[in-house]
Amino acid sequence: MSLAVSAAAPGTIPAPSIEYSQIAPMLVVFGAAVVGVLVEAFVPRGMRRPVHLVLTFASLVTAFVWTCVIAATSSLFAKGSAGHVAAMGAVAVDRPTLFIQGTILVMAIASVLLIADQSSDVSAFAGQAAATPGSAEERTGLLAGLVHTEIYPLALFSVGGMLLFPASDDLLTMFVALEVLSLPLYLLCGLARRRRLLSHEAAVKYFLLGSFSSAFFLFGVAMLYGYSGSVSLGAIASAVGTNSGRDTLLYAGLALTGLGLLFKVGAVPFHNWKPDVYQGAPTPVTALMASCTVVSAFGAVLRVFYVAFGTLTWDWRPVLWVVAIGTMVVGAVIAITQRDVKRLLAYSSIAHAGFIMTAVVAASVSGLSSSLFYLASYGLTTVGAFAVVTLVRDPSGEANHLSRWAGLGKRSPVLAGIFALFLLTFAGIPLTSGFTGKFAVFQAAIAGGALPLVIVGVVSSAVAAFFYVRIIVLMFFSDPVEDGPEVAVPSVFTGTAVALGTLATVVLGIVPQPVLSLANHAATQLFVR
Amino acid sequence: MSPAHYVFLAVVLFAIGGVGVLIRRNAIVIFMCIELMLNACNLAFVAFARMNGNLDGQVVAFFVMVVAAAEVVVGLAILMAIYRARKSASVDDANLLKY
Repeated sequence: MSLAVSAAAPGTIPAPSIEYSQIAPMLVVFGAAVVGVLVEAFVPRGMRRPVHLVLTFASLVTAFVWTCVIAATSSLFAKGSAGHVAAMGAVAVDRPTLFIQGTILVMAIASVLLIADQSSDVSAFAGQAAATPGSAEERTGLLAGLVHTEIYPLALFSVGGMLLFPASDDLLTMFVALEVLSLPLYLLCGLARRRRLLSHEAAVKYFLLGSFSSAFFLFGVAMLYGYSGSVSLGAIASAVGTNSGRDTLLYAGLALTGLGLLFKVGAVPFHNWKPDVYQGAPTPVTALMASCTVVSAFGAVLRVFYVAFGTLTWDWRPVLWVVAIGTMVVGAVIAITQRDVKRLLAYSSIAHAGFIMTAVVAASVSGLSSSLFYLASYGLTTVGAFAVVTLVRDPSGEANHLSRWAGLGKRSPVLAGIFALFLLTFAGIPLTSGFTGKFAVFQAAIAGGALPLVIVGVVSSAVAAFFYVRIIVLMFFSDPVEDGPEVAVPSVFTGTAVALGTLATVVLGIVPQPVLSLANHAATQLFVR
Repeated sequence: MSPAHYVFLAVVLFAIGGVGVLIRRNAIVIFMCIELMLNACNLAFVAFARMNGNLDGQVVAFFVMVVAAAEVVVGLAILMAIYRARKSASVDDANLLKY
C-alpha cells in the first residue's frame, strides 16, 4: 500500500499509476473470468460450454505467452535489475515470480483440460449443485442433462488468485489474493457429480479450516502492520531491528502469517485438511489444487520469508527445520497405510511439500532455484497422475480404492505403465524429473548447512519409495480383480493432460538442463524488494 | 483511552473466536467465530493505524470487510448444501472422509 494518497494535499489526490503491460497476464485471466460470468448470464445454455472452453483456454494461453514475453524481452531486467514493483507497490514483477506464474499457467491449462473432459462421464461436476443428493430434483436434473458451466469462470478466478498470490508485494494484496484463490476452490470442491456427500464434506472441511487459517494470516498481518507501520514486505524488512520495543508484535506476526502460509502449503502440523479434501473433491479439481495451489503457496512462502523476514533467518530457520522434518516423515509414513489412491497421492503431496521445505530453509539463491525446479517438475507429474486416476472407472464413478487397481497392468499396460512412471518420479528414481528435483533441493539444503534435514529427507524418500513400488507391484504382479474397473479411453482433453505430464516427466528427467538453467536464471537475484 | 487498549481487546476477541472454532460443533457457529476473528483483525488494524499515524490500516479494514462478505456468500452456500443433504449442521456428523 502506498501512502501517496494520504500524503497529498487535500483536493489534489494523485491518480495511482498502474503498469498495465507488466501485470497483464493476471488481468487477462481475471478479465476472462469476469466475461465468463457474463457468458453464464447471456449465452443460451447449449452454447455455453464451447464459449467457455474457447475463453478459458485462450486466456490461459495468452497469459502464458505474455508472461514469457515479459520474462524474455522486458527492459525491467536490463542492467542486472531484479525487477520492478508495479501497481503502486502492490505487485512485484521479478524473475522468480514470472517463473512461478508461467509454471502455474502451464499446470492450470493441463488441469482445465481435465475439468473440461466430458467423455467418460457427463462431466466430473454435479449437474445441479443445489439439488439435494438422492432427491427427485436431482434425478430430473440428471435426465435433463444439466451441466454446471460456472466451473470455468470459477477455475479462472482461482487461477488468477494463484497468479497474484506469489506476486503480491504487500500483505494486503497477498491476503486478498489468498481469498480470491481459495473461495472458488471451496466451491469447486463441493461440486462432484458422484459421491456427492463426500464432496460436500470436503468442501465444508476445506472452507472452515481454510478460513480459520486465513484469519490467522490476517491477524499476523495486523501484528506486522503494528510493528512496522506498513503492510509492504520491503517496509517490514527495513523496519526489522529498528523497533526493538515492539519485538513481540514482529514475532507474533511472523508466527501467524507463517501459519497461514504453511496451511496452504499443507505442511505438518497444518496438513490434516489435505487428505480429506483431495479425496472428496472432484479429481480434476484435486489436480488443480495439488499442482497450481501448491506452487502458488510455495511462491508466497518464499517471498514472505525471503523478502520480509530475510534478515530474521536465524529466528525462523529452526522452526521451519522442525516443520520440514515433520512434514517429510508424517507424509511418507502415513501414506503407507492408505487404501485410497487419491488419499495416498495427498499424503505423497504432503511429503513432497516437506522436501521443498528443505530448500526453502536454505534461504539462498540455490534454495530458491531448486525449489522452483522442484515445483515445476512435481506439479506437472501430479496433474498427469490425477489425470490417470480419472480414467480408471467403475459403473459408479472412479474406482479409487487401491484393491480395485490390482492387475491393472494386465488389462491396460500402457496406462498402468504411465502411472508407474509417475510413481517412480514421485519416488525420485534416476532418469525421471523427480530425481533431478530431489537432487537439487538436497544439494541446496546441504549448501545451507542443513545436513540433518537431508538425512531425514533421504530416509523418508526411501519410505515413500516403498509404497510407490507397492502400487506398481499391485498393478503388474497381482491377478486382476473380478468385475474390475474399466479403463476409459482417454478423450483428447485427458489424453493431452496425460501426455503433457508424461512428456514433462521424461524430458525433465533425461535433459533437465534447459529448465534447470531457466530456474537458475530466474533465481539469480532472489526477489525484488 | 490509549489505542493500545483496543489492540488488547482485539487480541481477546481473536482468542474468543479461535477457541469458539475449536470447541463448538455447529458449523454456523464455527463460521460466526471465524467472522469474529476477522473483525478482531479489523479492530487491530484500525487501532494500529491510530498508533502508527497513517491510514493504511483503515484501508485494510475496508478490504477485509469485503473479503469477509464474499466469504459469507461462499460459506453459507456450502453449509446450506451440506445441511440439506444431512439435515444436520454439526461438524461431528461430517465423518465420511477418514483413514
